[in-house]
Amino acid sequence: MASAPSKLYADDVSLVVVLVDTNPFFWRASSLSFSQFLSHVLAFLNAILTLNQLNQVVVIATGYNSCNYIFDSSSDLNQSFENGRMPVMCSSLLQKLEEFLIKDEQLSKEVPEGRIKSSLLSGSLSMALCYIQRVFRSGALHPHPRILCLQGSPDGPEQYVLFNILSVIYSFLLWLLDSNKGFLLFRYVAIMNAIFSAQRSMVPIDSCYMGAQNSAFLQQASYITGGVHHKPQHLDGLFQYLMTIFATDLHSRSFLHLPKPVGVDFRASCFCHKNTIDMGYICSVCLSIFCKHHKKCSTCGSVFGQAQSEAASASDKKRKTPET
Amino acid sequence: MTGGHVTKRAKYKTTIKDPGTPGTLRMTLEKILFVPHNPKSAGKLDVEFRFIKGQKHTKEGSNKPPWLNLTNNQNGSFIFEFENYSDLQDCRDFVGKVLAKSGEVSEKPTVTYPDEQLSAAEMELRIKLLQEDSELQTLHKQFVLSGVLTEAEFWATRKKLLDREANKKTKQRLGFKSAMISDIKPSTDGRTNKVTFNLTPEIILQIFAEKPAVHRAFLTYVPNKMSERDFWTKYFRAEYLHSTKNSVAAAAEAAEDEELAVFLKQDDILASESRWKIRRVDPTLDMDADEGDDYTHLPDHGIFRDGSKEVTESENELYRRTLSQDINRHAAVVLEGRAVDVELEDTRSVAEALAQSKQESSTKGESDGDTSRERLGRVSRMTEIEDLQAPNILPLAPLCIKDPRDYFDSQQANALRTSGDALGGTEQIKCSLSSQEVYGSLRQSISVIKAIGLKDPIVKPEVAHQVFDALTQSISTTKYNIGKNPQESVLDRLPKKIKEELLHHWTSILELLRHFWSSYPITTSYLYTKVNRLKDAMSHIYPQLEEIKGSVPSDLRHQVSLLIRPMHQALDAAIQHYEADMQKRSMRSGERPNGYA
Repeated sequence: MASAPSKLYADDVSLVVVLVDTNPFFWRASSLSFSQFLSHVLAFLNAILTLNQLNQVVVIATGYNSCNYIFDSSSDLNQSFENGRMPVMCSSLLQKLEEFLIKDEQLSKEVPEGRIKSSLLSGSLSMALCYIQRVFRSGALHPHPRILCLQGSPDGPEQYVLFNILSVIYSFLLWLLDSNKGFLLFRYVAIMNAIFSAQRSMVPIDSCYMGAQNSAFLQQASYITGGVHHKPQHLDGLFQYLMTIFATDLHSRSFLHLPKPVGVDFRASCFCHKNTIDMGYICSVCLSIFCKHHKKCSTCGSVFGQAQSEAASASDKKRKTPET
Repeated sequence: MTGGHVTKRAKYKTTIKDPGTPGTLRMTLEKILFVPHNPKSAGKLDVEFRFIKGQKHTKEGSNKPPWLNLTNNQNGSFIFEFENYSDLQDCRDFVGKVLAKSGEVSEKPTVTYPDEQLSAAEMELRIKLLQEDSELQTLHKQFVLSGVLTEAEFWATRKKLLDREANKKTKQRLGFKSAMISDIKPSTDGRTNKVTFNLTPEIILQIFAEKPAVHRAFLTYVPNKMSERDFWTKYFRAEYLHSTKNSVAAAAEAAEDEELAVFLKQDDILASESRWKIRRVDPTLDMDADEGDDYTHLPDHGIFRDGSKEVTESENELYRRTLSQDINRHAAVVLEGRAVDVELEDTRSVAEALAQSKQESSTKGESDGDTSRERLGRVSRMTEIEDLQAPNILPLAPLCIKDPRDYFDSQQANALRTSGDALGGTEQIKCSLSSQEVYGSLRQSISVIKAIGLKDPIVKPEVAHQVFDALTQSISTTKYNIGKNPQESVLDRLPKKIKEELLHHWTSILELLRHFWSSYPITTSYLYTKVNRLKDAMSHIYPQLEEIKGSVPSDLRHQVSLLIRPMHQALDAAIQHYEADMQKRSMRSGERPNGYA
């Protein structure tokens, strides 16, 4: 990365890491075609680069089987036009994207039937955060990083884990960060660390969801990290949404009224009946959620003390209500 | 006039205009009896006092005859005309006394519930609680005074509050003072050599507790051998000798007077007690081991007592007491706490009570009898050699962890099911496509964009306009940055009056609902009427909520309606339950005649 120390980074210089959902199953079914989507996004990226000379854009493709960097404005610095149709930047991005898709397809040979058609958002989030960490370590002066998820495919299973954990954690005032009690589930959700490192390093995760039902996970991720979540109503005006909501740098955001969620649903689903509950019991060892008192945790097998159960039932029942 | 009853001549009048029936009026604590002189006349009266609510009477000096008007709780009244004002006064005072006695019950409008007997203290407590908590007061005003809830019902849900308040009143038992008794300084009159010690039973108790030998001596000598005064004089003489540090003089005095010697010698009871205690100390604790670096075994090691340093003298060991010993003894007694619960008035009784409590504790102590065997057991327990023990395996539950993917995969399907059919349709299409096809189409769209380039214009102006409209709309509804600052609540942005109104409605709704739900299932007719009352009160709240909604400025209306919605839901649920229950009831009562027919 060419981060010259001579560069004078003002507070309005941004590093935008864009995570583009390239899940073929989603785009095949989407009302907005992938080519339309790309033209909106490419124009948007171009706009960010022109907003400030020092702005930097990194694009990561969130595939169905893999993720990869497909564009980095700090290394592709050729701004000239090629055959008058689109900037070199765009064509090189498209070139990389195509290569990525071919690789991604090759990986997808043995996909079990009936798997949920979600993309690997966890992987691309981790890659984005790695990149941002590298920027953080490049010196005292660096552009202000933020992550923008352009997501269309539904939440994957690991995102459900995450969603539940986020809900639990939110209501437990983040005590989990300092304890290792959640390690059992962290094994399954490496992505967890990504979210928390984003939160801790003050990297907001903006999200723009283009799928049919809203993504609870992205809502929460944006809420927790202080980013903006939006679900555009008119997908053919996507560029307008991107420019209006997500183009401004973090400093200018404090002066703007950006769309805020009316309410974030923090409720989790119980492990025993899969109901969404707003009050329940939580295993103290593995944080599994139950809608009623069990003698034994069905996930980790911990036996809950009988003696305390009477007294504890009152205090263990943490109320979780959707914030309005 | 005796306290129990009063008997006067009077005329009983049913109305003011009634000329009255002459007779004798007799009032007891329970009832009012009027017996006419003419046994045939109809004016006989026998009324119990608990039906009497109040009394009125004419004033002396007014031109009216001396009348006493007793009102009963059915708003009827009994009028008596007395012969003179002093008779009236007597009767008036008597009635006043009786009414005051049964005051709480008869004064309140809730006399229909005879089980409610309130003491004045309880009443006072309630009034105090109401005064302290303005929220409680408004609730009380709103529901109890308007008759929605009775006094008893209102307080029944706040028993805890009352209990806590009542508990506060129990007096804390006083322990011993932590000041040492050696601090009692004699007061001198300045002219003679006489000194005066002021002893209170409190101090005496402390002396007895700290110096068992003095206690024993008191029990044996007083009052047979010497008076209490002599006893204490001797005691303080001994104390004085101690304070002079003149152990030679002390020894000499002790030789002369055997009673005085008791105070001067080391306390043998204490000594035996401490020996007994040392035997119970953990045997592995080696107290000798650190004597080298411990100088506390040197008496007083430089602590000042009564302003002067204590000097060690090796002779006359017997008559020497060190400050450390005193402090330790005092600390032990203070920590033990006060075992005696006698009124501290008489020294003798104090001494005896203390002796009794000592005896109790010592019998308790003896029960763990065979000390030497216990000591051995302790030693073997304390000096456990781990290598020789059998392996000590803690019971461990093996951790078995299910693969949570099972759960989350099913969870996903769940979410899709609930999210609507629109997506279900697209999901089907996706599944029917092979991955080859979908990747192909994706690559194709990339080549399309490569070929034709970026769209121009990217967004049509009308679409952009739509987007702006939608965004403006959504931002203006959440204009004041909801969720930006979690500490800032929506309520704070509302005008103060509306905020208070909302909060008040919440508390009153909660109060009503608490009573409403607690009265189900309806088993008695009392509960039935209560539920009806509550339901009426709840239905009155709806229009009030609407009013609040209407009164707020339009930009806040959305917030307020969000806040009001849960209130509506809670009330709706209650009323729905009420109606369902009513229907069930009417069905049941409708069926019954059919069943019998």
